[in-house]
Amino acid sequence: MRVALFVTCLADTLFPAAAEATVRLLERLGHQVVFPPEQTCCGQMHVNTGYSAQALPLVRRHVRAFEPYDVVVAPSGSCVGSVRHQHASVARNAGDERLASRAEAVSERTYELSEFLVDALGVTDVGAYYPHRVTYHPTCHSLRLLRVGDRPLRLLREVRGLDLVELPQAEQCCGFGGTFAVKNADTSTAMLADKLRHVQSTGADVCTAGDASCLMHIGGGLARLRTGVRTVHLAEILAATERSGSIGRTAVRA
Amino acid sequence: MRRTFLGMPATAPRGVGHLRGEEPFPAAARRGLADPQLRRNLGHATTTIRAKSGAVIGELPDWQALREAGAAIKTDVLARLPELLEQLEVAVTAAGGIVHWAADAVEANRIVTELVAATGSDRVIKVKSMATQEIGLNEALEAAGISAVETDLAELIVQLGEDRPSHILVPAIHRNRAEIREIFLQAMPGVDPSLTDDPPALAAAARRFLRETFLTTRVAVSGANFAVAETGTLAVVESEGNGRMCLTLPETLITVMGVEKVVPTWRDLEVFLQLLPRSSTGERMNPYTSMWSGVTPGDGPQAFHLVLLDNGRSAVLADEVGRQALRCIRCSACLNVCPVYERAGGHAYGSVYPGPIGAVLSPQLTGVEENASLPYASTLCGACYDACPVKINIPELLVHLRDRAPHPKAEAAAMAAAAYVMDRPALYAAAQRAARLSRFAGRRGRGLPPPLSGWTIGRDLPQPPEHTFREWWAQR
Repeated sequence: MRVALFVTCLADTLFPAAAEATVRLLERLGHQVVFPPEQTCCGQMHVNTGYSAQALPLVRRHVRAFEPYDVVVAPSGSCVGSVRHQHASVARNAGDERLASRAEAVSERTYELSEFLVDALGVTDVGAYYPHRVTYHPTCHSLRLLRVGDRPLRLLREVRGLDLVELPQAEQCCGFGGTFAVKNADTSTAMLADKLRHVQSTGADVCTAGDASCLMHIGGGLARLRTGVRTVHLAEILAATERSGSIGRTAVRA
Repeated sequence: MRRTFLGMPATAPRGVGHLRGEEPFPAAARRGLADPQLRRNLGHATTTIRAKSGAVIGELPDWQALREAGAAIKTDVLARLPELLEQLEVAVTAAGGIVHWAADAVEANRIVTELVAATGSDRVIKVKSMATQEIGLNEALEAAGISAVETDLAELIVQLGEDRPSHILVPAIHRNRAEIREIFLQAMPGVDPSLTDDPPALAAAARRFLRETFLTTRVAVSGANFAVAETGTLAVVESEGNGRMCLTLPETLITVMGVEKVVPTWRDLEVFLQLLPRSSTGERMNPYTSMWSGVTPGDGPQAFHLVLLDNGRSAVLADEVGRQALRCIRCSACLNVCPVYERAGGHAYGSVYPGPIGAVLSPQLTGVEENASLPYASTLCGACYDACPVKINIPELLVHLRDRAPHPKAEAAAMAAAAYVMDRPALYAAAQRAARLSRFAGRRGRGLPPPLSGWTIGRDLPQPPEHTFREWWAQR
C-alpha cells in the first residue's frame, strides 16, 4: 500500500524521531511511504486559539497536499482529530463549500497510526521488541475525538520484552491543551503535577502516548523534576526491534 | 399579538447579578490553585461523584438513546420558544397562577421585590435556585429590607459563611465538614456550642435552625427545573426536602425561571427525570420531585407567581452554534469531570455558572468581550461533552467563542505571522531551523519572554533535534 505521511509540524520540527519511526515501521510492514513536501501545519493551533480565518489557507494547503493519496497516516491523534472534526467546518464557515467537501474526502482517508495498524492493516503484532517497563497515557484527542479505544494497548501488549503497566487515572488530561499551557500556565502545571505523580507511581521507566505534543508536556515535567522517567512516542516503541537496539536510546526526549 | 423587532436581543446588564468575575480566569484560578484545602476538598468530592454517577449511568442500557432524546427535546424547545412560552403562560394563568415577563435581572429583581413587599413579609425562604443567584435576587431583596434565607444545606453554608457558591449542584463543595462546623458555630443563630463535625450532627443543626424558619415564613422563592407548557406544571427536583417545605408551607410562592426551562409536554419529563439525577448526584431517582400547577384552593400556597427570565438568553438563542448551551439542565456533570474545574475551583470562573458549561454560558449571556478569558479556561479535553446528558458540544462551543473573543494584540500578530510562514514551505523550513536556536534559551528556558515563560514555570523545554524530519527525508 502507498501511504502518505502526514508528519505534523510538531514532529517534523521538534520530534523527528517519532516521524522517522513511523516511516521505518510502515516500511517494515511492507508499505511504501511517501512524504508530500508541500505539507506544513494542519492549522489546529489557529483554530483552537480563536483564529479560524487564518487557519483557512492552512486547511487549503493541507487538502491540496494530501488529495492525491488514497491513504494518509499521522503519528498524532490530535492532528488527525483536527483534520476530521475541524477542517470541513473551517472551510464551510468561510463560505467555501467546495473546499469543505474536498476536506471531508481527505479526512475519510486519514488515519491516526494505531487506527491504521489495527483497523486498516488488521495487525496488532508488528514484530517489535522493546525491553522496558512502559506505561501508556491515552491522549484526550485520540481518546475522545478519534475513539481509538484500546488499539494502542493491543499493539503494546504484542511487543516482545515490554512490561506494560497500567496508568492510574489514565483518562485525565495531562494539562497541555495547546496554547492553554501558556495562557493558563498555573492550572496546566497543576494538572501536570497529578499526571506526573500517577506516571511515577507505576514504576515505569518510559511513558508513551500517540501524540508528541502531550509527550512534550509530560516529558517536560518529568525532566524538570529529574525523575529519570522518559517519554517515547508509541511509533518509536512499535518501530523498535532486536536489531535496532533500543537500550539506551532516548529518541523522543522532552 | 403585534410584535415590533427592536434589533439584536440584549445581553445581561452590568452592575447586577453574578455573571462576571472581578479578574480574568488565569488570575482568579491562581487563588484556587494556591489553596491546598480547596484542592483536597474538590479532588475528593469530584472523584466521589464521578464514581457514583458512572455506576448508575452504567446500569442503563439505553443511556445514549436517552441523551439523544434529551438533546432532541431541548433543540425542539429552542426552535419554538416563543410559542411554548405563550402556551405556558396560558396554562399557568388558567390554573390560577400569575405570569410575569422579565427582560433582564433588573426587571426580575424589581418584580419579585414588589411581590414580596405587597405581602407585607420582611423575610422569604428560598429553594436553591441558579436563576435567582444569577440575577442577585438576595442582594436586591436585602436592599429593600427583606431577608432571604437559603434552605438548601449547601446554599445555607455558603450564605452563613458569607461566601460564594462554587458549584451548580453542591455550592459548598469547596468546604469540608470541619470548615462547615466552624461556619455554623460562628453564624448559625441558636447553634449548640458542642456541635461536632459528624455529618448527621451538622445536618441536624441545620434542620433545627431551618424548621423554625419554615414554619414562620409566609413567602417562598424558588427556581424551576422544568415547566410543562401543555399543563402549566412547574417541577423542582431536590434531595433534602427543604424544597418541598418551601413549595407547600407558605401562603405565597414566587418562582423565577429562565425561559429555556420550558418543555412541551408532560411526557417529556420522563426523559429528563432519568437524565438529571443520574448525571448530577449519581442517584437513580432524586429523593424529592415536587410538581405544581397554579394554585389549589385549601392546599399549599394560595398565590403563585411565575417570573419568566430572559437576561441574555435571547441573545444566546440568536447564535446558531451557541444556542445549544441553552439545552443545559444544570446537572453539573461537566464540572465533576472537568480537570480544570477540579483544580482551579468554581470561584475562578467569576460567575454563578462555573466549570465547562459556565465557560460557554456566562460569556454568551454577558457578551463574550466581558468574559473573554472564560472560553480559554479549558484544554479542550472533551470529558465534558462525553458527560453531558443533553449532548452539548462544549469543546466546539469553546472554540466558537474563542473565535469571537477579543484577542491580545501581540498574540494576534504572532498568529498572523505563524500562518503566513506556515503557508510558505521554504519560509517554514527556515523557521524550523531557527527553532533550533531555542537551545540557547537553555532547557529550563531562562530568558524566554512571556507568555512563553509560562511553559518553563514547571516544564523543561524539549531538546531541539539535530535535524528536522524533512531534512532527514531529503537525505535518505
